[in-house]
Amino acid sequence: MAYPNLKDIAPIDEVGVKERAARYQKRSLKGETKLSALKLAVTMLDITTLEGKDSPGKVKQMCRKAMCPITSDPSIGPAAAVCVYPSLVKVAKTAVGDSGVQVASVATAFPSGQSRMRERLTEIKYAVAEGADEIDMVISRGKFLTGNYRGIYDEVAKCKEACGDAHLKVIIETGELETLDNIRIASELSMAAGADFIKTSTGKISPASTLPFTLVMLQSILDYYERTGIMVGMKPAGGIADAKLALQYLVMVKEMLGKKWLTNKWFRFGASSLTNDLLMQLEKQRTGLYQGGDYFSKD
Amino acid sequence: MYDFINGNEYAPAPESTAIVNIKKKYGLYIGGKWVDAQGKKTFETINPANQQVLSKVADASKADVDAAVKAARKAFEGEWSSISGAERGKYLYRIARILQERSREFAVLESMDGGKPIRESRDIDIPLVAAHFFYYAGWADKLDFAFPGAGIGGQKVKPVGVVGQVIPWNFPLMMAAWKIAPALASGNTVVLKPAETTSLTALLLAEVIEEAGVPAGVVNIVTGAGDTGKFVVGHPDVNKVAFTGSTCVGKHILKSVAGTDKSYTLELGGKAAHIIMDDAAIDQAVEGIVNGIFFNQGHVCCAGSRLLVQEGVADKVVKKLQKRMETLIVGNPLDKNTDIGAINSKEQLAKIKSLVKTATKEGATVWQPGTSVPRKGNFYPPTLILDCAQSHTVVQEEIFGPVLTIQTFRTVNEAVEKANNTQYGLSGGVWSDKGAKVFKLTDNVKAGIMWANTYNAFDPASPFGGFKESGIGREGGLHGLYPYVKFNA
Repeated sequence: MAYPNLKDIAPIDEVGVKERAARYQKRSLKGETKLSALKLAVTMLDITTLEGKDSPGKVKQMCRKAMCPITSDPSIGPAAAVCVYPSLVKVAKTAVGDSGVQVASVATAFPSGQSRMRERLTEIKYAVAEGADEIDMVISRGKFLTGNYRGIYDEVAKCKEACGDAHLKVIIETGELETLDNIRIASELSMAAGADFIKTSTGKISPASTLPFTLVMLQSILDYYERTGIMVGMKPAGGIADAKLALQYLVMVKEMLGKKWLTNKWFRFGASSLTNDLLMQLEKQRTGLYQGGDYFSKD
Repeated sequence: MYDFINGNEYAPAPESTAIVNIKKKYGLYIGGKWVDAQGKKTFETINPANQQVLSKVADASKADVDAAVKAARKAFEGEWSSISGAERGKYLYRIARILQERSREFAVLESMDGGKPIRESRDIDIPLVAAHFFYYAGWADKLDFAFPGAGIGGQKVKPVGVVGQVIPWNFPLMMAAWKIAPALASGNTVVLKPAETTSLTALLLAEVIEEAGVPAGVVNIVTGAGDTGKFVVGHPDVNKVAFTGSTCVGKHILKSVAGTDKSYTLELGGKAAHIIMDDAAIDQAVEGIVNGIFFNQGHVCCAGSRLLVQEGVADKVVKKLQKRMETLIVGNPLDKNTDIGAINSKEQLAKIKSLVKTATKEGATVWQPGTSVPRKGNFYPPTLILDCAQSHTVVQEEIFGPVLTIQTFRTVNEAVEKANNTQYGLSGGVWSDKGAKVFKLTDNVKAGIMWANTYNAFDPASPFGGFKESGIGREGGLHGLYPYVKFNA
């Protein structure tokens, strides 16, 4: 781990990125390709609930959905993880048991990150102690936007340390960083400081994840991998509501990073409503007919 | 086999051909009628992706061209010159709208007959064709305002008369639009000869023109090979010649019009420099390079075929480019996932192969990705030629295929010198994050079109044409009207 040489980072042309991202949307997945991609997408879901009204009942039901997304076809799923607030980690951990579904917790004064470092680190430790396998932290966007890049690097490194064995996902909150150059720098800082995953958004800010944002982050991951041999995972979150768009993300991952990244160890979708759209498309592929929304459980 | 995670390819996603209705045989469109060639001669047009014969097309003789020019003259002196600019504009708007309505049909046919990927014919060619007709439709009733000072002293803007137009096979329908739209907007009548290997969309355009109710004889389409083109260009009653094609043929045309009062525009070959500075947005530049040379299998006169990279970033750019090229899909032009379609003809494929062989012989290094390329049909993989010098044949000659040569340079001045060290001067591209550097390069490279931080971007409002052996005159924009008008009382 060393502070990255930011001068080596090439500038980013926004028009070019948008055009490139649009090219990935032109791929047409059919038949077996589509079916296997849809199934893959289900296994990459971090099924999420991050609301003030979240309760043990809600989380338990959501965990059941993550473990068994659709009763009629046990070959589909399970999802990669459930993502909850720290106070509900224990409930989630008990509910998923040894199913293999991971429990992720947001921490570090999510979603704004506006607290003292001590409290933010304590929150991580609390979530880990409650049983979280993964921690989704937020960076201090205020610090970043004033140019205090060293501060961001230090903060991620400290959070990584606080995580212990838990995996660290770093949310850079693309919608608040605004420019693609900022997104690139934040990605580089996070990876250099030890992020296991970089993640676009909290889901509380719009725009959240977009294909161009994700493209820039994937490019950072690729360049970092080629420089260091270290693989870093990617998690777009927020704004991915339908299966078609999810598949476009997967095409982008496949064509940019290659097959190695096509597992939930290295790629996740942070989403809630995406789950049922994926299931609906899978049922369509299986039966040839679209089913109504009521045929899919809303947990 | 097509498993998303482990498969190397996506399951086929072919565009249906049910929308096109290819006739067994096509005649010539002369004087608003479909007629056989005199002597009934025909030739076959094939699908370059699978070598299947698509149809038979009439082979126009000298007598047929005579008839077409006669019909065009009659229309010019008759109804067409008596109607107002606004009326002419209406016809052009109508053509543009019908083209949009039938865009899928045109896209599929263009890909079948010419070999370009459906993604391009659907998203680039046909939309630009319609845009071109819309653009010039707008000028039709504003010609008196298009040329400042033209009205002074009783002068008037007038059409030149009968225009003979010969177009190439790389953008069959788009070139037809570039030729026909400004000619009609300014009141001329047209005899157009499409390329021998790609006649079908021009003939379908003739149907659209008929459907739009354009008076008989205003647009005449004569199909055939080089000889038919010669008859069109050499016809004594043609007032203006417009040609897009090779520099070699362009030179013959220039000789043939010497000493006549025909005006002419020629849009010929190119060997564009694509310059990457070390401060460029590298990842987007790599995409620009791919767009610049592999668009339409490299059958593009303005293709960015000579890559000039600043030494400090050369290794990085080449490595990223190679990685990107590994993901390009070469194959069935009608598959929606195809990036690079079929080479237009066997002859062109042989030419590309022979030039790449020359590169190896002269000591350059040829690199191709591991991409699978269909064995049947005319296909060629995207290719890089590394370790090139200015003196290599492949750096000097236009290849007109998916082949990119790579050279390095150290300073802006050296980039300019290398870029200009060619007999061509059609286009070029520059990538840099610094505005001043961009303008220094675009101002000093002698080319008709310069792109900065993009490549192969087209718009009907922007003039297009070259310097040096890349041609004479401009098409597109207001500039594109000049060759089709004269100023007199």
